[in-house]
Amino acid sequence: MTTIDAAPPRYRRAQEDKLLAGVCAGLALHLRVDVNAVRIALVLLSAIGGFGLLVYAALWVIVPQEKPETAAAPGLAAAERLGLRPARRRRFAVGDAGQLLAFAMLALGLAVLFQTTSFGVNPVIFWPSVVVAVGVFLIWRQSDESDPDTSAAGRGPAGLGFGWWRGGWRLRIRVAIGAALVVAGLVGFVAASGRLAVAGDVVVGVAITVVGVLLVGGPWLLRIVRELRDERTERALSQQQADVAAHLHDSVLQTLALIQRQASDPREVVRLARSQERDLRGWLYGAPTSPDASLKVALERVAAEVEEQHGVPVETVMVGDCPVDPAVRALVQAAREALVNAAVHSQAERVDLYAEVEGDEVVAFVRDRGVGFDPDAIADGRMGVRGSIIERMQRHGGAATVRSTTGNGAEVRLTIKVAPDPHRAGSRQ
Amino acid sequence: MTSSPDSTPVAGPAPLPPGRGSGPTRVVLVDDHAMFRSGVRTELGGAVSIVGEAADAPSAIEVVLSTKPDVVLLDVHLPGGGGVAVLTAVLAREPDIRFLALSVSDAAEDVIGVIRAGARGYVTKAITGPELVAAIRRVGEGDAVFSPRLAGFVLDAFAGIDIAAVDEELDTLTPREREVLRLIARGYAYKEVAKELFISVKTVETHVSAVLRKLQLSNRHQLTRWATERRLV
Repeated sequence: MTTIDAAPPRYRRAQEDKLLAGVCAGLALHLRVDVNAVRIALVLLSAIGGFGLLVYAALWVIVPQEKPETAAAPGLAAAERLGLRPARRRRFAVGDAGQLLAFAMLALGLAVLFQTTSFGVNPVIFWPSVVVAVGVFLIWRQSDESDPDTSAAGRGPAGLGFGWWRGGWRLRIRVAIGAALVVAGLVGFVAASGRLAVAGDVVVGVAITVVGVLLVGGPWLLRIVRELRDERTERALSQQQADVAAHLHDSVLQTLALIQRQASDPREVVRLARSQERDLRGWLYGAPTSPDASLKVALERVAAEVEEQHGVPVETVMVGDCPVDPAVRALVQAAREALVNAAVHSQAERVDLYAEVEGDEVVAFVRDRGVGFDPDAIADGRMGVRGSIIERMQRHGGAATVRSTTGNGAEVRLTIKVAPDPHRAGSRQ
Repeated sequence: MTSSPDSTPVAGPAPLPPGRGSGPTRVVLVDDHAMFRSGVRTELGGAVSIVGEAADAPSAIEVVLSTKPDVVLLDVHLPGGGGVAVLTAVLAREPDIRFLALSVSDAAEDVIGVIRAGARGYVTKAITGPELVAAIRRVGEGDAVFSPRLAGFVLDAFAGIDIAAVDEELDTLTPREREVLRLIARGYAYKEVAKELFISVKTVETHVSAVLRKLQLSNRHQLTRWATERRLV
């Protein structure tokens, strides 16, 4: 057996490359085979008396839907709930629809072909079954889309699978069409088998029983449904409120108290406000910090430290990212030194930090619009630039250049080679 | 950031509405925080003339369509569907009105989202008064305003494209455009970019406008996916 570097992903109905319910796409991910191979296998199975269809339907019901991988940052999620920003919605692309139609036609064609052989299913059963299957699929697809996690914003939590009812007229029409197809298929079957008269009595009997049960247990059932929904909503709400309260208490209140105490020192007030802003911003809009420290995380931390200690805002812009190895760590430390230099000596109002990962090279720039200095005249005593920046970069096979003229600010450029990351290179294509 | 001198002739492909070029730029302010609106109003002072204000998307659409300003200062997060709702509704009827997006959110999705909906620039609310005036003027003249952060997002969005697989000129940045964006991301003002690359400010503006156009028109699905998947702050 070949070595497998990681356990296969658990079988979940995929949301990314799905055509219908993500059954095949999820299975392909799980088995690590091509998704079209799975689809064609299923189509072939479907042609043999609809067996594949039954398998598909069973998997659809049993296998849970994949959860969206990235949960929105709290600030974005809240803005979405309040309708302050457009909700993210998955579009069913035209290409997808075409592919779906192609597979459906292939399955139907093969099935019809199979019908002409002596193994064919009784046509009285076959055609109504096809109609019923299409109807059932239409309805099930809606119940997937109106999952509370994916329902459009501003409509509140959808309860117990009835969310599609709030999903607008388009969803309702699709469900109605689906239901009509199911009914038509069933009626067609009954009519074709010539048992219409018998079926009529049965239908009346069933209907009377259902009405009776509803009359007796209806109010009670309804109350249970409503209570369940209320309870779920309430729990989610109270948890959110607790989170927000804890965060506000911990950070914002503290800062406000500090600001009141330092009100006589405008520089300190700005520093406090700025650091609180960074904290809140990170909490509201930031990505959940990845456990494995990356260059981006490291540089942002360094920038925050310098801002904190020297009271000069650092604008950080980052393109790409890479893991931190010793060489990259040297670059981060050199960047920190350059930031401190700029903050302490340049008298600039803010410092810009830019870093980019391009192929196997990391480039970083630290720039200020301050008083500037003459790089050639750096005294040997100024360990900052020479020792901590230039020589450190050279020790790790990188380079640092300083560009500055008196009065025009300064810019430090840092470059270093990193080991190419095969995993990342593969995932970028 | 310094503004271009006032003597710069205002030229654009679109016919100039009455008032443009002669008086101060006419601006509509759209933000749901009244305190922020009054703050901006004070800061902008006499530099521009504020002809209207709105606090949510439906009223913003109404105010903008009735006053027909040169520039709309648009908050990204707005009751009634966000800034994107205003952009789509207004631009469908008045494609010549220019939008400058303004937000506390630095989330890549939001930034790229409003730009793709038609905003001609993006600045954060921490921007200083003079810088905001310069940005408004630049947008009013039909140019694009890229903050360092936006330039970073764009570089990231267009990064890692297999050039051989790209068949549309729209889907990739030219080396020169990349260079310009890199300098902006490094904190260079347009004037400084021009000096660094030995080109004119006008050429820098042309490059940035070209990038804006690509960002708005490219259908490359990676770009759309990038905007929803990546969270770079």
